[in-house]
Amino acid sequence: MTGSKKKTILQAVGVQRLVIIGVLVILFTFFCLVSASFRKYTTLITMASYMYYTMLMAIGVTFPLITGGVDLSIGTGLVCYSIVGSYLMRQMGLPIGVAMAVTVGMGILFGFFNGVIVAKLDLPPFITTLCTMMIVRGLGSILTNGMTGVWPMAGQEGSWVRDLLRYKIGDVTYPVGMVIILFLVLVMSVVLNHTRVGRYIIAIGSNKEALKLSGVNVARWHIMAYVISGFFAGLAAIAYACTFTSITPGTGAGLELDAIGGAIIGGTAMTGGSGSIVGTFLGVCLISLLKTGLPNIGLQANWQQIITGGILIVAVTIDMARRRK
Amino acid sequence: MGEIILTMEGIDKTFPGVHALDKVSMDVRRGEVHALMGENGAGKSTLMKVLTGIYQKDAGTIVFEGREVRFASPREAQSAGIVIVHQELNMMGHLTVAQNIFIGREPRHGLLIDDASMNEEAAKLFAQLGIEIDPRETMSQLTVGKQQMCEIAKAISHEAKVIVFDEPSAALTDTEIDQLFRIIRDLRDRQYGIVYISHRMDEIKRITDRVTVMRDGQTVGTLVTAECTKDDIIHMMVGRVIFEEPKTQSRVPADAPVVLRVEHLNAGRMVRDVSFTLRKGEILGFSGLMGAGRTETARALFGADAKDSGDIYIDGEKVNIHSPKDAVRAGIGYLSEDRKRYGVVLKKNICENSTLACLQNYVKHGSLIDGEAERKVTQRMVDALKTKTPGVDQLVMNLSGGNQQKVVVAKWLISNSKILIFDEPTRGIDVGAKQEIYELMNRLVQEGKSIIMISSEMPEILRMSDRIIVMCEGKKTAEFDVSTATQEKIMNAATREIAV
Repeated sequence: MTGSKKKTILQAVGVQRLVIIGVLVILFTFFCLVSASFRKYTTLITMASYMYYTMLMAIGVTFPLITGGVDLSIGTGLVCYSIVGSYLMRQMGLPIGVAMAVTVGMGILFGFFNGVIVAKLDLPPFITTLCTMMIVRGLGSILTNGMTGVWPMAGQEGSWVRDLLRYKIGDVTYPVGMVIILFLVLVMSVVLNHTRVGRYIIAIGSNKEALKLSGVNVARWHIMAYVISGFFAGLAAIAYACTFTSITPGTGAGLELDAIGGAIIGGTAMTGGSGSIVGTFLGVCLISLLKTGLPNIGLQANWQQIITGGILIVAVTIDMARRRK
Repeated sequence: MGEIILTMEGIDKTFPGVHALDKVSMDVRRGEVHALMGENGAGKSTLMKVLTGIYQKDAGTIVFEGREVRFASPREAQSAGIVIVHQELNMMGHLTVAQNIFIGREPRHGLLIDDASMNEEAAKLFAQLGIEIDPRETMSQLTVGKQQMCEIAKAISHEAKVIVFDEPSAALTDTEIDQLFRIIRDLRDRQYGIVYISHRMDEIKRITDRVTVMRDGQTVGTLVTAECTKDDIIHMMVGRVIFEEPKTQSRVPADAPVVLRVEHLNAGRMVRDVSFTLRKGEILGFSGLMGAGRTETARALFGADAKDSGDIYIDGEKVNIHSPKDAVRAGIGYLSEDRKRYGVVLKKNICENSTLACLQNYVKHGSLIDGEAERKVTQRMVDALKTKTPGVDQLVMNLSGGNQQKVVVAKWLISNSKILIFDEPTRGIDVGAKQEIYELMNRLVQEGKSIIMISSEMPEILRMSDRIIVMCEGKKTAEFDVSTATQEKIMNAATREIAV
């Protein structure tokens, strides 16, 4: 906030975000105390790996969410884009730089496709991106003849891309990807709060008609929200490919829900108009912590789902109650 | 008052089926507040929408600052210097005050928006207006009055020369109105041309220099406010010849039993201490201007909105109505002014619509709908009400407005309503079908039903009602027997100054 009057830390960070930070600290301490396996460094590295691609998707999807829309296509999209990237490298022998550019480019392309349909044809975002979700799920398999995607492994040419996220010195792995994530959180916070794209995306979610009456080309900025989401799905595709050894075509459905869930826990309203990248970051941290912590105290995957769902309901209820005041 | 800055001459606008503006003329001078008055539907808003580029005129000329103009969009009108402060505020509640004021034209440093200078500029605007609003405050945190001040600040920042206020005081408190008037006077002194649309007669006297009255899409005339009386204005507003014969006297016998008595009904801001009675076989007209609280009274009576207090007696017995279900059980049927939203289910057929309110009477074997019985009763209604349709299976969306209205009537007759509330019964219905609806209403009261009719159309009120209640700003301001009612008397009560 440039030039604004002094705010207390509470106001600056926001009550909801402080609550999440509190919950994060408590949960983290709890898992550490209860589970010896959780206390290990390698567990933290595993958690970070899961966070990379979820976080990237979540940062991107925050923008359509703030317009009052949603982007369901990022999960299956991520798998599709990374498989196509793998195909370019392994079957066509293209360098990894081209593969990465195409992977991200496909994300941007499908984001633009979603944006045009939502902004120009006025279709509901839920339906539009649900359809795109199905289209990209099928498309990945068709383009690559159903081949499993594999990105360069350690020792192979181009494996530096894996080092971007996890840098190994001797036996110790450093989660350097977190630096990239934090940098992107910062950049996208500025984009959301201090550029025209961000300002108009918030305005679209707040009152689209009023923005139109102010003489702003609403469709253009509305499309941008989905392009940003697609771009980050493309980045997430690279992070995903670098986290796992192989990627199965046709999967990925459901990954977007963790990202959307994280954004919503972080205070982004499904009704549009408000949200923050820092909130999204914290929301994804919470989901990731549960996903890693719960198995370590003996609760299985099904329980994670139930608990995550419960937390979402609580988060949205708190948010709605705050809004009604 | 300065020279003329804006002239509208012979403006004509036709919508399908409605001649909304018929050669309307009006001019605005620098440094004047010019009131635009008229009943609902007189064409005030349409005229202002033509002026600000929201609608395109069919004929006529607009001359602004000596040049003929034709605005294709609100944006164009804005940059020329004509802005409108809408009754429903067009604000983005999640953004700050300054962000709202400068939306679409933010000052920038490269890619970044320069919020600091935006806040400064906004603060300057407020200082100019003598208002205290923090430009960094989130818009939704402000009161309606302050939001309106922000709209005014936005208008000034556009370097407007003519500012149109569309019923600005409707949602304001008295202190806020005083502040608004101070600002408007100040703008006038700074040579802005101001158009002020309002129904409040006392405000017209307080704030305006001239007043132009519209009626039925035409300009009746322009007066200098200081030289005219409230009666002059009212006479111009209603001074039409009524073609259809008004009722000369009530047809309800003096000893007809009271079927409904409402005592001290309160519901929110719009229904304040409303009491009235309805006799068997009577048509009780509710007159008043838009926003007078008539529909709200009906909705509270029907249980669609919560009541704060008040008692309702049906046939002398007190009834508790907390939901429409209770009202239907008590024998009340409500025909909404917004038929397509609240009256009928458009994509269902006549049969399904007719039995909607009492489907429980048309089931057999426990829970299956008895299609045969349903069709029989619907057919009987179609015959009785002379609904024009090829059959009871016809989808309601394929019927004309008048026939849709009959389906709603059928729905309430089938569920044995004794009291029918018609809210704007002929809205969106063409002239021929209107006549039929009137005949139907007359037949219903002859058969012993009782009707409450809410209508904004003066001829309709005078033609149909046996007794007339006038409301203004949530209060009942007058009650006339039709034999003593005149347009002037009704309009006088509908625009009464409220002494607070």
